[in-house]
Amino acid sequence: MPNLVTDTGVVFSRELRPMLRNPFTIVFSMVQPLVFLALFAPLLPKVEGGSALQWFVPGIIVMSCLFGTSMTGSNLLFEIQTGSHERMLVTPLRRPALLIGRALKEIVPVLAQAALIVAICLPFGFQPHLGGALLGLVILSVFCLGLGALSYSLALAAKNQEWLFWTVQQTLLFPLLLLAGMLLPVDNGPGWLHALSRWNPLTYVVDAERALFNGDVWASTTVTGAIAALGVGALGLWVGTRAMKRSD
Amino acid sequence: MIETHELTKHFKDVHAVEGISLTVAPGELVALLGPNGAGKSTTLRMLTTLIPPTAGTARVAGFDVVAQQRQVRQRIGYIGQGNGAGHSQRGRDELISQGRAYGLKASEARKRAAELVDSLGLAEVADRTVSTLSGGQRRRLDIAMGLIHAPGLLFLDEPSTGLDPQNRANLQEHILALRARRETTIVLTTHYLDEADSMAERVIVIDHGRIIADDTPARLKAKHVGDRITLGFDHEADAARAAAEIARPLERHGTTVRISVAGASRLVPGILEDLRVAGVPVAEVAVTRPTLDDVFLTLTGRSLREGGAAVESAGERELVEV
Repeated sequence: MPNLVTDTGVVFSRELRPMLRNPFTIVFSMVQPLVFLALFAPLLPKVEGGSALQWFVPGIIVMSCLFGTSMTGSNLLFEIQTGSHERMLVTPLRRPALLIGRALKEIVPVLAQAALIVAICLPFGFQPHLGGALLGLVILSVFCLGLGALSYSLALAAKNQEWLFWTVQQTLLFPLLLLAGMLLPVDNGPGWLHALSRWNPLTYVVDAERALFNGDVWASTTVTGAIAALGVGALGLWVGTRAMKRSD
Repeated sequence: MIETHELTKHFKDVHAVEGISLTVAPGELVALLGPNGAGKSTTLRMLTTLIPPTAGTARVAGFDVVAQQRQVRQRIGYIGQGNGAGHSQRGRDELISQGRAYGLKASEARKRAAELVDSLGLAEVADRTVSTLSGGQRRRLDIAMGLIHAPGLLFLDEPSTGLDPQNRANLQEHILALRARRETTIVLTTHYLDEADSMAERVIVIDHGRIIADDTPARLKAKHVGDRITLGFDHEADAARAAAEIARPLERHGTTVRISVAGASRLVPGILEDLRVAGVPVAEVAVTRPTLDDVFLTLTGRSLREGGAAVESAGERELVEV
């Protein structure tokens, strides 16, 4: 008998299939993070006792997740416009599965991109801590599950107004990214900026990734990062399943 | 198979459907005919559980469309106005995941997909990305997706809009063949008169969200319009004599006489014989059967063709090839 898990599996594998058929698509949403990696990283000041990449690369991995996953709602938006979303709404698939399956699929390109970024950076002196990095990717996966769900919610809300989706996505993307200290540390910034960054859940995820990739597993940042990721994950799934249940 | 009672849908200030009560028996092929905005698609969207009715009830395949959505969904196939297959997917992949969505095992879904690919003539394109298919191919793929779980009841919303006449004919053949093979109950909406006329055994004419007629195309025509015999004469005097001779309701304009009557083609020989005996020479004769548009015109005072003109020309612009 089909249940929520098998329904989610059907949606998940349907979403994943075009990517498996054409793995090169994984690289498309990575272009911007790779540009930052190539053109921004060399500008970083030299730090004592290691490469600046130790600080910068975990941030780029989160950035790659942020870019790819926040855009993913546009795929649903397109399917709303062409009619395949409507077709799936008439199948017996449970509404939450239509959302969860899609959001879960977002984890796959994020992990593939993280592996690719690490592989690219290894020859330049980046030395990730394996156990920490794996735990970091688990936290990142939870975060991107929630972010993907939010992106799909935005698509469902925007429905036939594509501009609305892109306006909201672009308006939120860069403030979130800069306030999380992804490119430059916010610690030395003015007080208001620092305060704002403390309200950004992404900040805690980035901090946790940095500590974890450097082997600092038993740190408070791991806990706060995990809490932030779980918070975004739960919020995303709650908002997303509500939006999907109301979709017609 | 379908039973609705005073089914109603209001969107904010638009009263899309105003109390539709109808019954569709198993095996029927029903066309909902009406101009754009008449409420056909909204009715279909309620019957397929996509939107809840504002008032009234509907049971589809034995289940309530509000309280038992999943049971309804499991038993119906739906082919919407858009393309069911995702444009970035491959056709066969979509067919298989559609089968899985209805609870088929992976092996069953693959088998069903292969059968449908064959029977709908999609073998050459099933493993290509959907966005590279032509409009006609995509539409056949949509049909295949709607049939993956062999539903007993199939809904099609404007199935042939945007297709060229050849593809339309091809699609209609597929639908009729399906029906002949499996006795599937089919409900389709259309604003193509000829489509409703040639395919459906029962036409439900909808206007302003209400059913204004419901019968076989033949009976609708006979009841609301009737056949027409047009007799042409060389001289007005002959026409006048003929008009006096024929004991039926008729109208005369100059040298032509028009008789509206049911079963016209069987009456023509007798009328011609009577006129010959009376010595009135008939120059020409034509029997015209009414179209569903004539029915719609009689019922509403408006022509369906005018209402559908914008869409017809949009369809012509997007002519597609198989």
